Amino acid sequence: MDSALLIHRLHFAFTITFHYLFPQLTMGLAPLIVVLKTLALRKNDEIYNQAARFWAKIFGINFVLGVVTGIPMEFQFGTNWSHFSRFAGGVIGQTLPLEGVFAFFLESAFLGLFLYGEKRLSPKGHWWAAIAVFLGSWLSGFFIIATNAWMQNPVAYTRTPDGSFQLSSFWGLVLNPWAWWQYAHNMSGAVITGAFAMAAMGAFYLLCGRHQKHARTFVKVGVVAGIISSILQVYPTGDGQGQMIAHHQPVTLAAMEALFQSQPGAPLVLIGQPNTAARNIDNPIVIPEMLSFLTYRRWRAQVQGLDAFPAEDWPQNIPLLYYSYHIMVGLGTIFIAIMVVAAFLLWRGKLFDARWMLWVLLLSVPFPYIANTAGWFTAELGRQPWLVYGLLRTDEGYSRTVSASNGLFTLLGFMGMYTVLGILFLFLVRREIEHGPEPVPAALEAHTG
Amino acid sequence: METLWFILVALMLTAYVVLDGFDIGVGIIYLLLGKTNRERRLVLRTIGPVWDGNEVWLLAAGGTLCFAFPLLYASSFSGFYLPLMMVLWLLILRAVGIEFRTHIDNGVWQSFFDGVFFLSSVLLAVFFGAALGNVIRGVPLAPDGYFFEPLWTNWKIGPHPGILDWYTIGAGVVALAALGVHGGLYVATKTEGPLNARARGIATLLLPMLVLLTCASLAATLSVRPQVLDNYKARPISFLIPIFVFGCLGAMFWAARKGKDKLAFAGSSLYLAGMLVGAAFGLYPNVMPAATDPAYSLTIYNTAAGRHGLIVGLAWWSVGMILALGYFVFIYRKFRGKVRLEAADEGY
Repeated sequence: MDSALLIHRLHFAFTITFHYLFPQLTMGLAPLIVVLKTLALRKNDEIYNQAARFWAKIFGINFVLGVVTGIPMEFQFGTNWSHFSRFAGGVIGQTLPLEGVFAFFLESAFLGLFLYGEKRLSPKGHWWAAIAVFLGSWLSGFFIIATNAWMQNPVAYTRTPDGSFQLSSFWGLVLNPWAWWQYAHNMSGAVITGAFAMAAMGAFYLLCGRHQKHARTFVKVGVVAGIISSILQVYPTGDGQGQMIAHHQPVTLAAMEALFQSQPGAPLVLIGQPNTAARNIDNPIVIPEMLSFLTYRRWRAQVQGLDAFPAEDWPQNIPLLYYSYHIMVGLGTIFIAIMVVAAFLLWRGKLFDARWMLWVLLLSVPFPYIANTAGWFTAELGRQPWLVYGLLRTDEGYSRTVSASNGLFTLLGFMGMYTVLGILFLFLVRREIEHGPEPVPAALEAHTG
Repeated sequence: METLWFILVALMLTAYVVLDGFDIGVGIIYLLLGKTNRERRLVLRTIGPVWDGNEVWLLAAGGTLCFAFPLLYASSFSGFYLPLMMVLWLLILRAVGIEFRTHIDNGVWQSFFDGVFFLSSVLLAVFFGAALGNVIRGVPLAPDGYFFEPLWTNWKIGPHPGILDWYTIGAGVVALAALGVHGGLYVATKTEGPLNARARGIATLLLPMLVLLTCASLAATLSVRPQVLDNYKARPISFLIPIFVFGCLGAMFWAARKGKDKLAFAGSSLYLAGMLVGAAFGLYPNVMPAATDPAYSLTIYNTAAGRHGLIVGLAWWSVGMILALGYFVFIYRKFRGKVRLEAADEGY
């Protein structure tokens, strides 16, 4: 591979992977904060307001990190992928500013109000601010997904003689079926991150024996949201997304499953290592005919393997794609198991005393991040070798004027910068956790102020 | 249609400069402004709830540029690769400086983040000014519409200019002074007592410098790119723009003397807008003049997206902007008035 192409791909991959650690939590927490604020209004209990305020602070830290790592994303379309923006700007140029104009203004304006304006608003007004933040963050997610969905499944465009794509139908772009499945799948994934984080925080406080009342609320809201979202993640959203790939990118499906040979009654590989040289799977454990059923709802259906497609159209990195996909699916299954057990204990009223389960909830907090990241790796590696599926190859999209060495310089710069940001982030979150959801007595605050 | 989008993108960039300009300006004079920890917290609180909303204008303007003029977006962003990446790092550092300072009650920690906030604001102002300078001066465009500019070459203007030369650095200094004044006048409107007086004092001190710099930048621009006068000569009424700019400077002087802070801040906002409108008017219909062969210049016509997309965009853009303006008016009203520190307050 051309080294400039490799550097530009790594540049985007690194910055977007780091970036998405933050929005997945804010998008996941936003509806949960609305739930807490609603409980506060309904039950007229200050506990829920304190809980909402605590999570709003965590949200705020994540939001700032999301913004400062998000601006580079919007810039990189032009800086590192200028040929892509030149050709596709007429279409993806619609959804990118739509995010800024509709979602980002809403979210940033009302987050400021939500965080610093509680005293200036009525309880009802503050609730509306939470709703506006929720709407803003979810709209923002939609426009980004719609952009990606167009790259995965280009619709509603015409191609002009100079090779550039122009929008032919706005609603066609917004109603791209791929976008809606991907959005649903992505957002329930974000709620999983939010729910696991909230449950883990509650579990941590319960295990430490601090902030018991708030901690129980956290665990309860986290587990209820967690079981709903982890089930939605598999069905219908994961299934729908899979159908999209099966119909629009069959070669990607074959690579995700490492199905080298076309066959009727294709098996689903649970565990095994793809061997691209020998074109088979080492040490496989499979469910026979399952892949055929999941894809076509028939046990003996013919599934196209990689051999049905020319090798230059295969995703280049089949092992990484395969592992990303299997890690995502495996973790998704484990999330359901964890949340079912936790919900059962919650229903029986035993969860808060089941220390082993609280430990499980606490220790599971990194895994939704890994699953979401692996899911995006699957989507993006699976799209290769195309930048716009079937229309523009990745090696046609990057900035020719930006040399590999300049790209490497800024990539290293971002790595250094983001390491510092990551450390600061952990440090600040730790402080909030230390501080906890309960207000400090006014006398103490005045002393530190 | 292309002209309309040229105006709309210019409007969004102007909104960005006027809005984010004041919080960058606050950073520029931050160390002079706040002498004690208490004062610095107050200063930060004046921009705390609004700065990231202001920054969204940059994001929205960048996205709209990509939408309306894809080739311009592609060419300029890849051509200004290095300085843009540095702008991104500076934006990150500045956000860190603002948001992370108050989280620990330790003098050294706070001084460190004060320094980060100050330095990144200063450099951002210079970079943004230099960016505008580059656009006016022209860049070494190739026939395919792309270019790549090194950070500097020989500091002179010629067919192979760098990002930084005497003219663009000059533009950076003008931006530094203009935003410094802008920030000072903003803080004056939001504070009371000694802080209010000091903010106004710094702005009044910088004002004469700004007047001189404005005159110098005008003269320099005319020598670097005399073509900017063409549009003015074609429509003499447009000479009202520079007159308006100087009128704003005069109004700022007068209002700052009289202690009419809001009026002075309004004057400074209009001054910034006037400068940008003046530059945009001089460039039109060019959006990126070529320093090589004028035939390679990027104009609104050879960079615009397809007609259908531009028409559709007009619909959602208008709705979105009305909503965004609504939010901004609402938020600024909610946070109107002077800032104070209260014992049990959250944040900053």
